[in-house]
Amino acid sequence: MRGEAVLSAAGQTDPMLPRRARVRSAWRELDDAVSLSLEPVDGDLAPFAAGQFNMLYAFGVGEAAISVSSSPDTTGELIHTIRDVGAVSGALTRLKAGDMLGLRGPFGTAWPVEAQRGRHLLIMAGGLGLAPLRPALLQALARRDAFAGVTLLMGARDPGGILFPDELAEWTESPDLDVVVTVDSAAPGWTGSVGVVTTQLPRALAGIDPTAVSAFVCGPEIMMRHSALALADMGVPDAAIWLSLERNMKCAIGFCGHCQFGPDFVCKDGPVFPWPHVAARMALREI
Amino acid sequence: MAIKTIRDHLAENPVFSGFDGDTLDLVAGCGHNVHFEAGDQVLREGTDADAVILLRHGDVAIEVAAPQKDPLIVETLHEGDIVDWSWLVPPYRNMSDARALTDVRAISLDAGCIRGKCDDYPKLGYQMFKHWLPHLAGRIRAQRLQVLDLYGADAG
Ligand SMILES: Cc1cc2nc3c(=O)[nH]c(=O)nc-3n(C[C@H](O)[C@H](O)[C@H](O)COP(=O)(O)OP(=O)(O)OC[C@H]3O[C@@H](n4cnc5c(N)ncnc54)[C@H](O)[C@@H]3O)c2cc1C
Ligand code: FES
Repeated sequence: MRGEAVLSAAGQTDPMLPRRARVRSAWRELDDAVSLSLEPVDGDLAPFAAGQFNMLYAFGVGEAAISVSSSPDTTGELIHTIRDVGAVSGALTRLKAGDMLGLRGPFGTAWPVEAQRGRHLLIMAGGLGLAPLRPALLQALARRDAFAGVTLLMGARDPGGILFPDELAEWTESPDLDVVVTVDSAAPGWTGSVGVVTTQLPRALAGIDPTAVSAFVCGPEIMMRHSALALADMGVPDAAIWLSLERNMKCAIGFCGHCQFGPDFVCKDGPVFPWPHVAARMALREI
Repeated sequence: MAIKTIRDHLAENPVFSGFDGDTLDLVAGCGHNVHFEAGDQVLREGTDADAVILLRHGDVAIEVAAPQKDPLIVETLHEGDIVDWSWLVPPYRNMSDARALTDVRAISLDAGCIRGKCDDYPKLGYQMFKHWLPHLAGRIRAQRLQVLDLYGADAG
Protein backbone atom coordinates (compact mmCIF):
# COMPACT_ATOMS: atom_id res chain seq x y z
CA MET A 1 0.00 0.00 0.00
CA ARG A 2 1.65 3.26 -1.10
CA GLY A 3 0.74 6.86 -1.88
CA GLU A 4 -1.28 7.16 -5.06
CA ALA A 5 0.70 5.73 -8.00
CA VAL A 6 0.59 8.11 -10.96
CA LEU A 7 1.84 8.38 -14.50
CA SER A 8 5.43 9.52 -14.21
CA ALA A 9 7.83 11.17 -16.58
CA ALA A 10 9.77 7.94 -16.48
CA GLY A 11 7.32 6.45 -18.98
CA GLN A 12 7.36 9.39 -21.40
CA THR A 13 10.80 10.57 -22.58
CA ASP A 14 14.32 9.86 -21.36
CA PRO A 15 13.77 10.51 -17.63
CA MET A 16 17.44 11.38 -17.14
CA LEU A 17 17.41 14.14 -19.74
CA PRO A 18 16.52 17.57 -18.33
CA ARG A 19 14.27 19.70 -20.52
CA ARG A 20 14.65 23.43 -20.54
CA ALA A 21 12.19 25.63 -18.70
CA ARG A 22 12.13 29.42 -18.44
CA VAL A 23 11.39 31.33 -15.24
CA ARG A 24 8.20 33.21 -16.03
CA SER A 25 8.29 35.00 -12.69
CA ALA A 26 10.05 34.69 -9.35
CA TRP A 27 8.94 36.11 -6.02
CA ARG A 28 10.12 35.97 -2.43
CA GLU A 29 7.96 33.98 -0.02
CA LEU A 30 10.13 34.14 3.12
CA ASP A 31 13.56 35.54 4.01
CA ASP A 32 15.11 32.29 2.76
CA ALA A 33 12.48 30.97 0.33
CA VAL A 34 11.40 31.89 -3.18
CA SER A 35 8.68 30.66 -5.58
CA LEU A 36 9.40 30.19 -9.28
CA SER A 37 6.69 30.02 -11.92
CA LEU A 38 8.08 28.04 -14.88
CA GLU A 39 7.14 27.68 -18.53
CA PRO A 40 8.45 24.88 -20.73
CA VAL A 41 10.76 25.65 -23.62
CA ASP A 42 11.10 22.13 -25.11
CA GLY A 43 7.47 21.07 -25.66
CA ASP A 44 4.52 20.90 -23.30
CA LEU A 45 4.62 20.34 -19.57
CA ALA A 46 3.93 16.79 -18.45
CA PRO A 47 0.81 16.57 -16.28
CA PHE A 48 1.57 16.10 -12.60
CA ALA A 49 -0.33 15.05 -9.49
CA ALA A 50 -0.44 16.75 -6.09
CA GLY A 51 2.58 15.68 -4.03
CA GLN A 52 4.88 14.86 -6.96
CA PHE A 53 8.24 16.54 -7.44
CA ASN A 54 10.57 17.60 -10.25
CA MET A 55 14.34 17.53 -10.39
CA LEU A 56 15.31 21.16 -11.02
CA TYR A 57 18.73 21.71 -12.53
CA ALA A 58 20.55 24.98 -11.86
CA PHE A 59 22.93 25.03 -14.83
CA GLY A 60 26.52 24.60 -13.80
CA VAL A 61 25.62 23.92 -10.17
CA GLY A 62 23.49 20.77 -9.90
CA GLU A 63 20.07 19.24 -9.43
CA ALA A 64 17.66 19.22 -6.48
CA ALA A 65 14.32 17.48 -5.88
CA ILE A 66 11.65 20.16 -5.48
CA SER A 67 7.91 19.49 -5.05
CA VAL A 68 5.39 21.21 -7.25
CA SER A 69 3.48 23.78 -5.18
CA SER A 70 0.80 24.76 -7.73
CA SER A 71 -2.48 23.01 -8.45
CA PRO A 72 -2.60 20.17 -10.98
CA ASP A 73 -5.98 21.58 -12.05
CA THR A 74 -4.51 24.85 -13.36
CA THR A 75 -3.16 23.93 -16.78
CA GLY A 76 -0.09 25.79 -17.94
CA GLU A 77 0.94 26.77 -14.43
CA LEU A 78 3.92 25.15 -12.74
CA ILE A 79 5.20 26.63 -9.48
CA HIS A 80 7.96 25.42 -7.17
CA THR A 81 8.72 26.91 -3.76
CA ILE A 82 12.36 26.59 -2.75
CA ARG A 83 14.26 27.22 0.46
CA ASP A 84 17.92 28.19 0.18
CA VAL A 85 19.81 25.59 2.24
CA GLY A 86 22.87 24.96 0.04
CA ALA A 87 24.53 25.26 -3.35
CA VAL A 88 21.73 24.05 -5.64
CA SER A 89 18.74 25.38 -3.76
CA GLY A 90 20.59 28.70 -3.28
CA ALA A 91 21.26 29.00 -7.04
CA LEU A 92 17.59 28.21 -7.77
CA THR A 93 16.38 30.90 -5.37
CA ARG A 94 18.57 33.48 -7.14
CA LEU A 95 17.00 32.89 -10.59
CA LYS A 96 15.11 35.81 -12.12
CA ALA A 97 12.33 36.10 -14.70
CA GLY A 98 13.68 35.04 -18.10
CA ASP A 99 16.43 32.78 -16.68
CA MET A 100 16.59 29.16 -17.82
CA LEU A 101 16.85 25.98 -15.80
CA GLY A 102 16.64 22.26 -16.51
CA LEU A 103 13.69 20.17 -15.40
CA ARG A 104 13.08 16.42 -15.15
CA GLY A 105 9.82 15.00 -13.88
CA PRO A 106 7.29 14.73 -12.50
CA PHE A 107 8.34 11.87 -10.23
CA GLY A 108 7.00 9.97 -7.26
CA THR A 109 3.72 9.10 -5.60
CA ALA A 110 0.91 11.57 -4.95
CA TRP A 111 -1.36 12.57 -2.09
CA PRO A 112 -4.43 10.30 -2.50
CA VAL A 113 -6.89 13.21 -2.63
CA GLU A 114 -9.64 11.56 -4.68
CA ALA A 115 -9.66 8.47 -2.46
CA GLN A 116 -10.67 10.63 0.56
CA ARG A 117 -14.05 11.65 -0.89
CA GLY A 118 -16.68 11.64 1.85
CA ARG A 119 -14.10 12.01 4.61
CA HIS A 120 -12.82 15.00 6.59
CA LEU A 121 -9.48 16.01 5.10
CA LEU A 122 -6.88 17.37 7.51
CA ILE A 123 -3.88 19.03 5.89
CA MET A 124 -1.13 19.32 8.51
CA ALA A 125 1.92 21.33 7.52
CA GLY A 126 5.11 22.39 9.26
CA GLY A 127 7.19 25.26 7.87
CA LEU A 128 7.96 24.80 4.17
CA GLY A 129 5.92 21.57 4.26
CA LEU A 130 2.90 23.59 3.16
CA ALA A 131 4.45 23.86 -0.34
CA PRO A 132 4.07 20.15 -1.30
CA LEU A 133 0.63 20.12 0.37
CA ARG A 134 -0.72 23.21 -1.39
CA PRO A 135 -1.64 21.30 -4.61
CA ALA A 136 -3.63 18.76 -2.55
CA LEU A 137 -5.39 21.53 -0.63
CA LEU A 138 -6.28 23.43 -3.82
CA GLN A 139 -7.54 20.20 -5.40
CA ALA A 140 -9.73 19.45 -2.38
CA LEU A 141 -11.10 23.01 -2.33
CA ALA A 142 -11.95 22.73 -6.04
CA ARG A 143 -14.08 19.66 -5.16
CA ARG A 144 -15.12 20.91 -1.73
CA ASP A 145 -18.56 19.29 -1.81
CA ALA A 146 -16.96 15.87 -2.18
CA PHE A 147 -15.47 16.10 1.33
CA ALA A 148 -17.20 16.15 4.72
CA GLY A 149 -14.83 18.95 5.68
CA VAL A 150 -11.38 20.40 5.08
CA THR A 151 -9.06 21.67 7.82
CA LEU A 152 -5.61 23.19 7.47
CA LEU A 153 -3.37 23.02 10.54
CA MET A 154 -0.15 24.91 9.98
CA GLY A 155 2.88 25.33 12.22
CA ALA A 156 5.87 27.63 11.79
CA ARG A 157 8.86 28.76 13.84
CA ASP A 158 7.56 32.33 14.19
CA PRO A 159 5.07 34.60 12.42
CA GLY A 160 7.77 35.55 9.85
CA GLY A 161 8.12 31.87 8.89
CA ILE A 162 4.50 31.39 7.83
CA LEU A 163 4.40 30.41 4.16
CA PHE A 164 1.80 31.88 1.76
CA PRO A 165 0.47 34.41 4.35
CA ASP A 166 -1.84 36.22 1.88
CA GLU A 167 -3.44 33.00 0.71
CA LEU A 168 -3.69 31.85 4.32
CA ALA A 169 -5.60 35.04 5.17
CA GLU A 170 -8.03 34.29 2.30
CA TRP A 171 -8.46 30.68 3.41
CA THR A 172 -9.10 31.85 6.99
CA GLU A 173 -11.99 33.99 5.73
CA SER A 174 -13.37 31.22 3.50
CA PRO A 175 -16.32 29.12 4.72
CA ASP A 176 -14.91 26.16 2.76
CA LEU A 177 -12.19 25.28 5.24
CA ASP A 178 -11.08 25.74 8.83
CA VAL A 179 -7.62 27.15 9.37
CA VAL A 180 -5.55 26.82 12.55
CA VAL A 181 -2.11 28.48 12.51
CA THR A 182 0.38 28.16 15.32
CA VAL A 183 3.97 29.32 15.84
CA ASP A 184 6.68 28.16 18.25
CA SER A 185 7.17 31.65 19.66
CA ALA A 186 6.04 35.19 18.94
CA ALA A 187 6.47 38.76 20.10
CA PRO A 188 3.52 40.40 21.86
CA GLY A 189 1.01 41.64 19.31
CA TRP A 190 0.67 38.23 17.67
CA THR A 191 -2.92 37.24 18.30
CA GLY A 192 -2.70 33.69 16.93
CA SER A 193 -1.71 30.51 18.74
CA VAL A 194 1.73 29.71 20.16
CA GLY A 195 2.70 26.06 20.66
CA VAL A 196 3.80 23.12 18.51
CA VAL A 197 1.32 21.85 15.89
CA THR A 198 0.43 18.75 17.87
CA THR A 199 -0.95 20.87 20.73
CA GLN A 200 -3.49 22.39 18.32
CA LEU A 201 -4.95 19.07 17.13
CA PRO A 202 -7.77 19.04 19.70
CA ARG A 203 -8.84 22.51 18.45
CA ALA A 204 -8.42 21.61 14.78
CA LEU A 205 -10.52 18.45 15.15
CA ALA A 206 -13.02 19.68 17.77
CA GLY A 207 -16.44 18.17 17.11
CA ILE A 208 -15.16 15.93 14.29
CA ASP A 209 -15.34 12.13 14.43
CA PRO A 210 -11.63 11.16 14.34
CA THR A 211 -12.39 7.88 12.55
CA ALA A 212 -13.73 9.96 9.62
CA VAL A 213 -10.52 12.03 9.35
CA SER A 214 -7.86 11.49 6.68
CA ALA A 215 -4.62 13.37 7.32
CA PHE A 216 -1.89 14.48 4.91
CA VAL A 217 1.19 15.55 6.87
CA CYS A 218 4.31 17.29 5.57
CA GLY A 219 7.12 19.04 7.38
CA PRO A 220 10.39 18.19 9.12
CA GLU A 221 10.57 14.47 9.84
CA ILE A 222 10.37 14.81 13.65
CA MET A 223 7.26 16.95 13.27
CA MET A 224 5.66 14.37 10.96
CA ARG A 225 6.46 11.47 13.27
CA HIS A 226 5.04 13.19 16.34
CA SER A 227 2.04 14.47 14.39
CA ALA A 228 1.20 10.96 13.17
CA LEU A 229 1.51 9.62 16.72
CA ALA A 230 -0.69 12.42 18.10
CA LEU A 231 -3.29 11.83 15.37
CA ALA A 232 -3.37 8.14 16.20
CA ASP A 233 -3.69 8.98 19.93
CA MET A 234 -6.78 11.03 19.05
CA GLY A 235 -8.37 8.10 17.23
CA VAL A 236 -7.50 8.89 13.60
CA PRO A 237 -6.93 5.47 11.96
CA ASP A 238 -3.25 4.80 11.17
CA ALA A 239 -4.24 3.80 7.64
CA ALA A 240 -5.80 7.23 7.09
CA ILE A 241 -2.52 9.10 7.67
CA TRP A 242 -0.04 9.87 4.86
CA LEU A 243 3.23 11.75 4.96
CA SER A 244 5.86 12.91 2.50
CA LEU A 245 9.49 11.93 3.12
CA GLU A 246 12.68 13.58 1.90
CA ARG A 247 15.95 11.83 1.15
CA ASN A 248 18.94 12.90 -0.93
CA MET A 249 18.24 12.17 -4.57
CA LYS A 250 20.30 11.71 -7.69
CA CYS A 251 18.48 9.77 -10.45
CA ALA A 252 14.89 10.12 -9.12
CA ILE A 253 13.84 6.99 -11.05
CA GLY A 254 14.85 4.16 -8.75
CA PHE A 255 18.26 3.32 -10.28
CA CYS A 256 21.00 4.79 -8.15
CA GLY A 257 19.88 3.90 -4.62
CA HIS A 258 20.74 7.33 -3.18
CA CYS A 259 17.29 7.78 -1.70
CA GLN A 260 16.99 4.31 -0.22
CA PHE A 261 14.85 4.12 2.92
CA GLY A 262 14.84 0.50 4.10
CA PRO A 263 13.23 -1.55 1.32
CA ASP A 264 11.88 1.56 -0.45
CA PHE A 265 13.31 4.16 -2.79
CA VAL A 266 11.79 7.48 -1.76
CA CYS A 267 11.94 8.78 -5.36
CA LYS A 268 9.83 5.96 -6.78
CA ASP A 269 7.93 4.34 -3.88
CA GLY A 270 7.41 7.78 -2.26
CA PRO A 271 7.74 10.57 -1.43
CA VAL A 272 4.12 10.18 -0.22
CA PHE A 273 3.84 7.09 1.99
CA PRO A 274 1.04 5.74 4.16
CA TRP A 275 2.09 6.11 7.80
CA PRO A 276 1.77 2.38 8.69
CA HIS A 277 4.23 1.57 5.88
CA VAL A 278 7.01 3.75 7.33
CA ALA A 279 6.13 4.14 11.03
CA ALA A 280 8.53 1.52 12.40
CA ARG A 281 11.40 2.71 10.20
CA MET A 282 10.90 6.36 11.10
CA ALA A 283 11.67 5.55 14.72
CA LEU A 284 15.07 4.03 13.79
CA ARG A 285 18.11 6.29 14.01
CA GLU A 286 20.32 4.56 11.48
CA ILE A 287 18.02 4.84 8.43
CA MET B 1 -31.56 28.07 29.73
CA ALA B 2 -30.27 26.98 33.14
CA ILE B 3 -27.15 28.77 34.35
CA LYS B 4 -24.24 26.38 34.63
CA THR B 5 -22.70 25.79 38.03
CA ILE B 6 -18.97 25.56 38.75
CA ARG B 7 -19.42 21.80 38.93
CA ASP B 8 -21.06 21.76 35.48
CA HIS B 9 -18.11 23.66 34.02
CA LEU B 10 -15.61 21.35 35.73
CA ALA B 11 -17.42 18.31 34.33
CA GLU B 12 -16.80 19.74 30.83
CA ASN B 13 -13.09 20.40 31.38
CA PRO B 14 -10.82 17.84 29.67
CA VAL B 15 -8.82 17.22 32.88
CA PHE B 16 -11.56 17.40 35.51
CA SER B 17 -14.20 15.54 33.50
CA GLY B 18 -12.48 12.26 34.46
CA PHE B 19 -12.83 12.90 38.21
CA ASP B 20 -15.24 10.72 40.20
CA GLY B 21 -18.49 12.46 41.12
CA ASP B 22 -17.85 13.01 44.81
CA THR B 23 -14.32 14.35 44.29
CA LEU B 24 -15.60 16.77 41.64
CA ASP B 25 -17.97 18.19 44.29
CA LEU B 26 -14.99 18.77 46.58
CA VAL B 27 -13.11 20.61 43.81
CA ALA B 28 -16.18 22.66 42.85
CA GLY B 29 -16.39 23.88 46.45
CA CYS B 30 -13.04 25.68 45.94
CA GLY B 31 -14.03 27.52 42.73
CA HIS B 32 -15.58 30.75 41.55
CA ASN B 33 -16.05 32.46 38.16
CA VAL B 34 -13.55 35.09 37.03
CA HIS B 35 -13.39 37.45 34.04
CA PHE B 36 -10.41 39.17 32.40
CA GLU B 37 -10.42 41.76 29.65
CA ALA B 38 -7.99 41.61 26.73
CA GLY B 39 -4.59 42.82 27.98
CA ASP B 40 -5.24 42.01 31.66
CA GLN B 41 -2.53 40.18 33.59
CA VAL B 42 -3.86 36.74 34.57
CA LEU B 43 -0.77 35.59 36.48
CA ARG B 44 2.48 37.37 37.31
CA GLU B 45 5.84 35.59 37.51
CA GLY B 46 7.20 35.24 41.04
CA THR B 47 3.90 35.82 42.85
CA ASP B 48 2.21 33.20 45.03
CA ALA B 49 0.52 30.51 42.95
CA ASP B 50 -2.73 30.78 44.84
CA ALA B 51 -5.16 30.10 41.98
CA VAL B 52 -5.78 27.40 39.39
CA ILE B 53 -7.25 29.10 36.32
CA LEU B 54 -9.38 26.93 34.00
CA LEU B 55 -10.24 28.68 30.74
CA ARG B 56 -13.89 28.47 29.72
CA HIS B 57 -13.73 31.01 26.94
CA GLY B 58 -10.96 33.13 25.38
CA ASP B 59 -7.21 32.97 24.86
CA VAL B 60 -4.29 33.55 27.22
CA ALA B 61 -0.60 34.05 26.31
CA ILE B 62 2.23 32.76 28.48
CA GLU B 63 5.02 35.32 28.27
CA VAL B 64 8.65 35.17 29.30
CA ALA B 65 10.37 38.50 29.82
CA ALA B 66 14.12 38.91 29.26
CA PRO B 67 16.08 42.04 30.26
CA GLN B 68 16.35 44.64 27.46
CA LYS B 69 14.31 42.49 25.09
CA ASP B 70 10.67 42.36 24.18
CA PRO B 71 8.89 39.61 26.10
CA LEU B 72 8.36 36.45 24.07
CA ILE B 73 5.07 34.57 23.87
CA VAL B 74 6.06 30.93 24.35
CA GLU B 75 2.61 29.35 24.55
CA THR B 76 -1.01 30.30 24.09
CA LEU B 77 -3.83 28.62 25.99
CA HIS B 78 -7.41 28.29 24.89
CA GLU B 79 -10.82 27.02 25.97
CA GLY B 80 -10.44 23.94 28.17
CA ASP B 81 -6.77 24.65 29.01
CA ILE B 82 -5.40 25.20 32.49
CA VAL B 83 -3.05 28.13 33.05
CA ASP B 84 0.25 27.03 34.65
CA TRP B 85 0.80 24.25 37.19
CA SER B 86 2.92 26.08 39.78
CA TRP B 87 0.04 25.80 42.25
CA LEU B 88 0.70 22.04 42.35
CA VAL B 89 4.44 22.07 43.06
CA PRO B 90 6.26 23.66 46.04
CA PRO B 91 7.18 26.46 46.57
CA TYR B 92 3.85 27.37 44.86
CA ARG B 93 5.20 30.38 42.97
CA ASN B 94 4.03 31.38 39.48
CA MET B 95 6.74 30.55 36.94
CA SER B 96 5.70 32.87 34.13
CA ASP B 97 3.52 35.81 33.18
CA ALA B 98 0.11 35.09 31.71
CA ARG B 99 -1.85 37.76 29.84
CA ALA B 100 -5.37 37.68 28.41
CA LEU B 101 -5.28 38.02 24.61
CA THR B 102 -9.05 38.30 24.33
CA ASP B 103 -11.98 38.62 26.66
CA VAL B 104 -11.52 35.65 29.02
CA ARG B 105 -14.03 33.80 31.17
CA ALA B 106 -12.56 31.26 33.54
CA ILE B 107 -13.01 29.26 36.72
CA SER B 108 -10.55 30.17 39.43
CA LEU B 109 -9.95 27.43 42.00
CA ASP B 110 -8.42 28.44 45.33
CA ALA B 111 -5.10 26.53 45.25
CA GLY B 112 -4.75 26.41 49.06
CA CYS B 113 -8.29 25.03 49.32
CA ILE B 114 -7.53 22.28 46.74
CA ARG B 115 -4.24 21.34 48.37
CA GLY B 116 -5.91 21.20 51.80
CA LYS B 117 -8.70 18.97 50.51
CA CYS B 118 -6.15 16.66 48.85
CA ASP B 119 -4.49 16.23 52.27
CA ASP B 120 -7.85 15.56 53.93
CA TYR B 121 -9.29 13.27 51.22
CA PRO B 122 -6.61 10.98 49.76
CA LYS B 123 -9.07 9.87 47.08
CA LEU B 124 -9.09 13.43 45.71
CA GLY B 125 -5.28 13.48 45.84
CA TYR B 126 -5.22 10.26 43.82
CA GLN B 127 -7.69 11.67 41.27
CA MET B 128 -5.40 14.71 40.90
CA PHE B 129 -2.42 12.43 40.31
CA LYS B 130 -4.32 10.21 37.87
CA HIS B 131 -5.76 12.98 35.72
CA TRP B 132 -3.12 15.70 36.02
CA LEU B 133 -0.12 13.53 35.22
CA PRO B 134 -1.21 12.72 31.63
CA HIS B 135 -2.05 16.41 31.16
CA LEU B 136 1.40 17.48 32.41
CA ALA B 137 3.14 14.73 30.41
CA GLY B 138 1.41 15.97 27.24
CA ARG B 139 2.54 19.53 27.88
CA ILE B 140 6.12 18.48 28.61
CA ARG B 141 6.15 16.39 25.40
CA ALA B 142 4.97 19.39 23.39
CA GLN B 143 7.52 21.70 25.00
CA ARG B 144 10.35 19.29 24.19
CA LEU B 145 9.39 19.51 20.52
CA GLN B 146 9.15 23.28 20.79
CA VAL B 147 12.76 23.70 21.96
CA LEU B 148 14.03 21.67 18.97
CA ASP B 149 13.45 24.60 16.60
CA LEU B 150 11.82 22.12 14.22
CA TYR B 151 11.34 24.40 11.27
CA GLY B 152 14.77 26.03 11.23
CA ALA B 153 16.92 25.83 8.10
CA ASP B 154 18.90 22.95 9.61
CA ALA B 155 15.84 20.84 10.34
CA GLY B 156 15.11 18.11 7.91
C1 LIG C 1 10.78 14.56 -2.68
C2 LIG C 1 11.44 15.81 -2.23
C3 LIG C 1 10.75 17.02 -2.32
C4 LIG C 1 11.37 18.19 -1.92
N1 LIG C 1 10.66 19.36 -2.05
C5 LIG C 1 11.26 20.51 -1.73
C6 LIG C 1 10.58 21.75 -1.90
O1 LIG C 1 9.43 21.79 -2.35
N2 LIG C 1 11.23 22.88 -1.58
C7 LIG C 1 12.51 22.86 -1.07
O2 LIG C 1 13.05 23.94 -0.79
N3 LIG C 1 13.16 21.71 -0.86
C8 LIG C 1 12.58 20.55 -1.20
N4 LIG C 1 13.27 19.38 -1.03
C9 LIG C 1 14.61 19.43 -0.42
C10 LIG C 1 15.67 19.77 -1.45
O3 LIG C 1 15.75 18.74 -2.40
C11 LIG C 1 17.01 19.95 -0.74
O4 LIG C 1 16.93 21.02 0.16
C12 LIG C 1 18.10 20.25 -1.72
O5 LIG C 1 18.37 19.11 -2.48
C13 LIG C 1 19.36 20.67 -1.03
O6 LIG C 1 20.38 20.75 -2.01
P1 LIG C 1 21.51 21.88 -1.92
O7 LIG C 1 22.58 21.56 -2.90
O8 LIG C 1 20.89 23.22 -2.01
O9 LIG C 1 22.05 21.73 -0.46
P2 LIG C 1 23.17 20.74 0.06
O10 LIG C 1 24.50 21.35 -0.23
O11 LIG C 1 22.89 19.37 -0.43
O12 LIG C 1 22.86 20.82 1.60
C14 LIG C 1 23.25 22.01 2.32
C15 LIG C 1 22.83 21.91 3.76
O13 LIG C 1 21.41 21.85 3.84
C16 LIG C 1 21.01 20.71 4.53
N5 LIG C 1 19.84 20.18 3.85
C17 LIG C 1 19.84 19.35 2.78
N6 LIG C 1 18.58 19.05 2.46
C18 LIG C 1 17.79 19.70 3.34
C19 LIG C 1 16.39 19.77 3.53
N7 LIG C 1 15.56 19.07 2.79
N8 LIG C 1 15.90 20.56 4.53
C20 LIG C 1 16.74 21.24 5.32
N9 LIG C 1 18.08 21.18 5.19
C21 LIG C 1 18.59 20.43 4.23
C22 LIG C 1 22.14 19.74 4.45
O14 LIG C 1 22.16 18.87 5.58
C23 LIG C 1 23.33 20.67 4.45
O15 LIG C 1 23.69 21.04 5.76
C24 LIG C 1 12.68 18.18 -1.41
C25 LIG C 1 13.36 16.97 -1.28
C26 LIG C 1 12.76 15.80 -1.70
C27 LIG C 1 13.51 14.52 -1.59
S1 FES D 1 17.29 8.88 -6.37
FE1 FES D 1 18.20 7.24 -7.41
S2 FES D 1 17.09 5.57 -6.61
FE2 FES D 1 16.04 7.27 -5.80
